[in-house]
Amino acid sequence: MSNPTVMAYRRENGRVGIRNHVVILPLDDLSNSACEKVAFNIKGCKALPHAYGRLQFGEDLQLFFRTLIGTGANPNVAAVVVIGIEPEWTNIIVDGIAETGKPVTGFSIERHGEIKTVEMASWKAKEYMHWASELKREECDLGEIWVSTKCGESDTTSGLASNPTVGNAFDKLVAMGATLSFGETSEITGGEMIVKERAATPEAAEQFMALFDRYAEMIDRNKTDDLSGSQPTKGNIAGGLTTIEEKAMGNIQKIGRKCQYVGALDKAVTPTGPGLWYMDSSSAAAEAVTLWAAAGFVAHFFPTGQGNIIGNPIEPVIKLTANPRTAGDMSEHIDYDCSAILRGEMTLEESGDNLMEMLIRTCNGRLTAQEVLGHEEYVLTKLYESA
Amino acid sequence: MIQFLVHEKADNVGVAAVDIKTGEVAQGLYMDSQESLEMKTLQDIPLGHKIALTDIAADTSVIKYGADIGRVVAEIKAGEHVHTQNLKTRRW
Repeated sequence: MSNPTVMAYRRENGRVGIRNHVVILPLDDLSNSACEKVAFNIKGCKALPHAYGRLQFGEDLQLFFRTLIGTGANPNVAAVVVIGIEPEWTNIIVDGIAETGKPVTGFSIERHGEIKTVEMASWKAKEYMHWASELKREECDLGEIWVSTKCGESDTTSGLASNPTVGNAFDKLVAMGATLSFGETSEITGGEMIVKERAATPEAAEQFMALFDRYAEMIDRNKTDDLSGSQPTKGNIAGGLTTIEEKAMGNIQKIGRKCQYVGALDKAVTPTGPGLWYMDSSSAAAEAVTLWAAAGFVAHFFPTGQGNIIGNPIEPVIKLTANPRTAGDMSEHIDYDCSAILRGEMTLEESGDNLMEMLIRTCNGRLTAQEVLGHEEYVLTKLYESA
Repeated sequence: MIQFLVHEKADNVGVAAVDIKTGEVAQGLYMDSQESLEMKTLQDIPLGHKIALTDIAADTSVIKYGADIGRVVAEIKAGEHVHTQNLKTRRW
């Protein structure tokens, strides 16, 4: 049986995107203002302001570069204008994005001033908008769509129904040859041996355990209590989740019954082949989805219990809930309501099919609740203080 | 009507699928075997919260998904609400 197809954008490097953004990307906090002015001048392009990019060093700087380059390189992005305070780091980002073959140009503010820079960058953004607006969607295999998942403001309904719905869809997508990812390292605590056993190879299991142990060591070094109130969150506890072990067991329902992961990646690292990949990440929604977007994922499954409203500017976030209260009083944030499972009126198999249908519609251009509501949380992960 | 769900036969707690009031004989379902069960509640169990299916002694474990999800810090009676007042993480 052949895979379903979707109408999507095939980029210069062969990857498939489901959105066609022209991004105005600041190198650093100082350049946010210029980027927002360009995005105001040139309708349809998108500035991605963020808080960092100055005096970072070492591993933290490498992650920062990887995240910015990965954001620009994401197949949901057609073209990029980069603006930085100075030219050297700006060019590192430009050169990294240019490896995909997509149009990208950098501008630096020093020796020009912001007004002149905004003028030059606006002309370039206008050119890119005209060009991108004439790109055509073409027929692509659903297996070419890279899908990430994490849950948020989980409650016990997540573990009962919305997370297993994602798991059912992941089992189906991996059989189509798709590239998939899960993560949330601290939130595996209590289920880490189960995740270890899901590795396709002993090497993948070792990679996962190394990332898990590194995160656990970071928590041990910094914690001042048992983290109750942070992980699980206050929302998790209000929803009936009591311990991290319980949350972890619910979390890992998202990887289905059959999927095995082929490797475990550091933050914002791009997979090198198809299959399910573990990616180290925080469990904070905006940080984690930003990392997956930077790793090249183009659609995200986000099951929520109590109603996390997160979005991402370039990777559409498809939200589902099994909590009938959330589906009712927060319905504007929810793309797919699977609470019928809790009433015994729908099977997981049917629910997985419904989520696949929502993925296909999203790939074909249906805007997610997050996109329509304008939730564009672009949040970089910082490993330690700047110099 | 299903009022609570139990992931696996080995579990000693179920999850309320609706708000359940004190003293109700709540109707439950095992998700693995699709077998039914009933529990008389001793406390209100809000939607999403856990109900004890057996008496659970202090210092033993609450089992959900067939897995140990934490240490019992105050004795629990069948039908009681299981949450932060009587269950704590074994980690961190």
